[in-house]
Amino acid sequence: MNINATLIGQTIAFFMFVWFCMKFVWPPLMAAMEERKSKIAEGLAAGERGKKEHELAEQRAKEVLQEARAEASDIINLANVRAGEMVEEAKSKAVEEALKVKKGAEAEIEQEIASAREALRQQVSVLAVSAAEKIIKSEIDASKHQAIIDDISGKLGAV
Amino acid sequence: MAGENLTSSEYIKHHLTNLTYGQHPDGSWGIAHGETAAETAQAAKEMGFWAVNLDTLGVSVLLGVFFLWLFRKAAVAASAEVPTGWQNFVEMVLEFVDGSVKESFNGRNPVIAPLSLTIFVWIVLMNTMDLVPVDYIPHLGQLIGIPYLKVVPTTDPNLTFSLALAVFFLTIYYSIKVKGPGGFFAELAFHPFPKYMMPFNLILELIALVSKPISLALRLFGNMYAGEMIFILIALLPLGIQWTLSLPWAIFHILVVILQAFIFMTLTIVYLSMAHEENH
Repeated sequence: MNINATLIGQTIAFFMFVWFCMKFVWPPLMAAMEERKSKIAEGLAAGERGKKEHELAEQRAKEVLQEARAEASDIINLANVRAGEMVEEAKSKAVEEALKVKKGAEAEIEQEIASAREALRQQVSVLAVSAAEKIIKSEIDASKHQAIIDDISGKLGAV
Repeated sequence: MAGENLTSSEYIKHHLTNLTYGQHPDGSWGIAHGETAAETAQAAKEMGFWAVNLDTLGVSVLLGVFFLWLFRKAAVAASAEVPTGWQNFVEMVLEFVDGSVKESFNGRNPVIAPLSLTIFVWIVLMNTMDLVPVDYIPHLGQLIGIPYLKVVPTTDPNLTFSLALAVFFLTIYYSIKVKGPGGFFAELAFHPFPKYMMPFNLILELIALVSKPISLALRLFGNMYAGEMIFILIALLPLGIQWTLSLPWAIFHILVVILQAFIFMTLTIVYLSMAHEENH
């Protein structure tokens, strides 16, 4: 238990251990730990950033959706208005057409009436003449009373 | 136990005797060896200063190499990926030491942290030899012809003093490096009293300076020596009841092992921190 040269040997050994530790043990371990630390910090920051970006994107999506919805309702409104207009237009066109058709038909009817009346008058006058002929045949000579028949027929024509 | 024919005091002394190599008084070189442990110790003493305790030196260097090998392995494998197993443990130790250094050391010095790590782990390993049952290794040594083997290096004052002296030299080296020789002298001479009390200040400060390594060395030595002594005394008890004392003591000693290493490391950091500070 006496102090001897072990002291010197130990001191040398100790300094060698410290030197080795300082050169080959501490720096690589510390470097790795620092690197990991910064890596983790980066990862956390990236995560945070991602979260924020996600939030932003969500908000953006919401905005876009809202815009789209508004646009869609605008379009629907416009379409409704246009449809109404189209119906109105079609209606008025139809009415016009109907009026035209009606007018044509009326004109035709008029013409029909006129020709029917002409035919009727002709037939009535022929009938009247034949009736008169029958009456008069027994009493009068047709050639004698031509002037009277013409007069009557002229009067009939005026009806 | 080492031998049935040994008396108790011989047994204890045997355990506390180093394996010393040096020059015998007759001029030949060899291992100090006597009939009894006391004679061996006497022979070792007669070798004077130029002798070495082979057991202390051998065990401590082996443990130091073991420490560096273990930590170097982790350092080689170190990466920024997820650490596993052994590397995790090494990093935990490093983090702990680094935390202690950052807590009490304010300057910037790349030596302090590795120094503290070496001190801490090395002392823990050497102290842990205390937990190996006291007879195992000496008995093994005897079987292969080594007469004396003191397996706990920290129970040898040579080792604790060598560590403390190394720290002491570093303290002085950094004091002079940081403050300059004049600054260092001023720190010793002009405190705590005014300049006209310089001789008194010098005596006071020198005592304070020298007491640091001595207390550092003796604290570690005393604790481990006493612990080892108690283990040896327990080993003298009858076999059946040894464990009732040795188990609690061993469990308590785990605390002492780590605590002493931690104290040594912390004080080293504090002393070196003081060496780096400009004024008291």
